[in-house]
Amino acid sequence: MKPPPFRHHAPRTAGEALGMLADAPQGKVLAGGQSLIPLLNMRLAAPPDLVDINGVAELDVLHVGDEGVRAGALARHARVERSVEAAAVQPLLGRALRHVAHPVIRNRGTVVGSLAHADPAAELPAVLAVLGGTVEAASARGRRTIPAAEFFKGPLESALAPGELAVAAFFPAAPPRTGSAFTEMARRHGDYALSGVAAVVTLDEDLRVGAVRAGYLGIAPVPLVLDLTEAAGPRGDWPAAAAYVRERIDPETDIHASARYRRHLTGVLTERALATAAAEALRRARD
Amino acid sequence: MEDLHDIALTVNGVHRTARVPARRLLSDLLRHDLGLTGTHVGCEHGVCGCCTVLMDGDPVRSCLTFAVTAAGHAVTTVEGLAAPDGTPSPVQRAFRECHGLQCGFCTPGFLCTVTALLRETPRPTEDEVLEGISGNLCRCTGYQNIVKSVHRAAELLAESGGEA
Ligand code: FES
Ligand code: FES
Repeated sequence: MKPPPFRHHAPRTAGEALGMLADAPQGKVLAGGQSLIPLLNMRLAAPPDLVDINGVAELDVLHVGDEGVRAGALARHARVERSVEAAAVQPLLGRALRHVAHPVIRNRGTVVGSLAHADPAAELPAVLAVLGGTVEAASARGRRTIPAAEFFKGPLESALAPGELAVAAFFPAAPPRTGSAFTEMARRHGDYALSGVAAVVTLDEDLRVGAVRAGYLGIAPVPLVLDLTEAAGPRGDWPAAAAYVRERIDPETDIHASARYRRHLTGVLTERALATAAAEALRRARD
Repeated sequence: MEDLHDIALTVNGVHRTARVPARRLLSDLLRHDLGLTGTHVGCEHGVCGCCTVLMDGDPVRSCLTFAVTAAGHAVTTVEGLAAPDGTPSPVQRAFRECHGLQCGFCTPGFLCTVTALLRETPRPTEDEVLEGISGNLCRCTGYQNIVKSVHRAAELLAESGGEA
């Protein structure tokens, strides 16, 4: 239960960090460490180099604008969760963050780190995916912006290339007449969810249901996004949307839950989340 | 031979230095290098909460923090919660009064977590208490008396004017 040896690099600037990553292609980035250090302690990972970005002040940023929320690589869960400005622009983010592990873990863990870890049972990848957000990656060779749909490649596998650092993540703002909800079910509080859903409902000018999207965690190798607009119809038939989801998904059995239970549960959570999101959309449309 | 790093940090208000390999966990730095064995280690992968200490005032898992990352920061362990003359803090007094511990293995983690919880939420609701301590496991008490201790600590803190 002790981590294996590694070389520790402590850059002071993002540029320095990229140089170090370029020189250590097998290296890993250490930010909050709340996912990486357990892997090291259990010797499931043994990277020869760790580039510890905790001293890089320029990455410790949270920018909230009309277009959305941009979290730098060192923006910790707790900070984003408590940001009143971020909640005003994109409330789904804070709602999902309250389900990420425990408060003490959220004091260290980072939003970008959760995304880069690409755990299919984690909350934030599903949120980024359902919102159509992006990850900004930088390396010594240049920068690129990776859409969520291309970022998650498989369990614990992201599109980040060796030598690349995820410098920020961008969560687009909620459009007008839009509501969202996050719900999940876990065996124990703060544990991995058996299934979870991040739902977004947008009403049209006549307050009919215009667009319905749901992002799922825990039921597929990568966050699964389903467009439920048609299944729900203009009047918002949530049971029909849930039935459609049960048909479409293909969850697995493990020691925590059977595939059958996960399928059933995902339908129940979908119905609940969509109804909550639609109620919020209506409130916002009338404001 | 592994490279060694010279680090300096403040622990319970005292400037401390150590020479450690990069992989030294903060929990091991505290216990082995600095001799502060009040911080307990249960699972060593972030699940049990025994190893919780305060870093710059915020509770963190010392088993999920490297000593080299903690360098330059201020760490408070259970040894640093009491007043300088040894008077237990309100949170410590509440745990004693309400029998919030039995074997005591989990207690250092609870004390640090609750100290920070009440600093941020001085009059927590039952739900806020449960959420606040949800990351700490106790194998003895069944939690009832721990929850009582947290509410009692909130009262004691209010009486003493909020001084932890
Ligand atoms: S020893 Fe750190 S959480 Fe269990
Ligand atoms: S008092 Fe024994 S583990 Fe909590």
